[in-house]
Amino acid sequence: MHAPVSAKAVVSLSNVHKSFGALKVLDGVSFDVGPGEVTAIIGQSGSGKSTALRCINALETIQEGSIHVCGHAVHDPALDRRALRRDVGIVFQSYNLFPHLTVEQNIMLAPTCVKSMSKAEARELAREVLARVGLEAKAEQYPEQLSGGQQQRVAIARSLAMKPKLMLFDEVTSALDPQLTGEVLKVMESLAAGGMTMILVTHEMAFARRVASTVIYMHQGKVWESGPGSMLDRPQTEELRGFVGSGL
Amino acid sequence: MPGFSFTHLEFLAWAALWTVGLSVIAFVGGGLLGFVVALARVSASRSLRIAAIVYIQLVQGTPLLILLFLIYFGVAIAGFDAVPAIIAAGAGLTVYSSGFLAEIWRGCIQSVPKTQWEAAECLALTRWQRMTRVVLPQALRLATAPTVGFLVQIVKNTSLASVVGFIELSQAGKLINNSIFEPFTIFIVVAVFYFALCFPLSTWSRSLERKLNVSRR
Repeated sequence: MHAPVSAKAVVSLSNVHKSFGALKVLDGVSFDVGPGEVTAIIGQSGSGKSTALRCINALETIQEGSIHVCGHAVHDPALDRRALRRDVGIVFQSYNLFPHLTVEQNIMLAPTCVKSMSKAEARELAREVLARVGLEAKAEQYPEQLSGGQQQRVAIARSLAMKPKLMLFDEVTSALDPQLTGEVLKVMESLAAGGMTMILVTHEMAFARRVASTVIYMHQGKVWESGPGSMLDRPQTEELRGFVGSGL
Repeated sequence: MPGFSFTHLEFLAWAALWTVGLSVIAFVGGGLLGFVVALARVSASRSLRIAAIVYIQLVQGTPLLILLFLIYFGVAIAGFDAVPAIIAAGAGLTVYSSGFLAEIWRGCIQSVPKTQWEAAECLALTRWQRMTRVVLPQALRLATAPTVGFLVQIVKNTSLASVVGFIELSQAGKLINNSIFEPFTIFIVVAVFYFALCFPLSTWSRSLERKLNVSRR
């Protein structure tokens, strides 16, 4: 077991470097996320924000620096990925529900496979997390029968069923129209209010400002500016000023 | 000289049963072996992947006729007694089918979007669970139509088993022709038998393709 850099932090990135071939994507990224905090990462396309999120979950490997997540040394080549993933849930822009399984089966899969939960227990758990995202009535449906917003809420429920200590959201509303975006953001806001530690990569500036305890603006693979949501009202750098100006 | 009679037709029908039997052996054997090779072909281990590629290339690059000769005579040369024709033909067709089915199924497994693997991985599923619970059920849907389509190839290729002395439809036709010398009549009838076996399969394959294309992935 490796002790995290800061005993308090759930997530701690320190001087993280990552390249895809010759392309430098993360150029010395450092930040901490404490328990119960909601951190929103914003920035232009190509600023490295999604990559940073994927590195936290070991979907990408880093070349330099260290990442500690819930007591796991993610940068360590000997990392137990499955142990990490039991603690960290992730929701993707494209939902990635399993199309051959019903909503309920999508949610029951991991608890039965990974936590050896019985079918009955898992079904009860599925009902419980579906209730949290307001979709109890859809348990028997297949993903393709649901709207994008509903699919995304099922994806959130599927992650919640693993009782993660940390939830990652990778541009989860980018494929949705404003109304559907609203229903997904509402679910995320209630999670945040319930004390879930969350990191979200998002283009929803108003949501970031209102819900996030910390906003991180990434630019050219670096943390360009960070602070509380109100930072968006008083950008310190030319780049963030430009980004906020164009984004709203 | 006696012409083509009911007895001949009976003989052909009996031989057609052997064609079906041999096809079943080739499909079941080739399917099992091909499935293992397909899994090896997409495995995380580089050496397994290379071994699978070499196997597939060797099988696909060798005429079935030569494969059959190799097995039939190879076993005898290796010091065993001459193998029965059905074993040699069954083994040859099994190897042949496995090489093609492995490649068809490899394609189906790999056309399941990478994001599905990722989502399953992020739920802490093991590689085997990802494969069996998430990827294979979706690949199966994609694989059904091309697999049934390949069955037609197997049925037709069983005709080559005659070279190792196995009496199936084609060989039966040749035997009858040796006695009554009416090649055109006989081989028309043989062709009709093959068509009657293959046509339902290819129709089925096409209807599966239509059905699976419109319904969910």
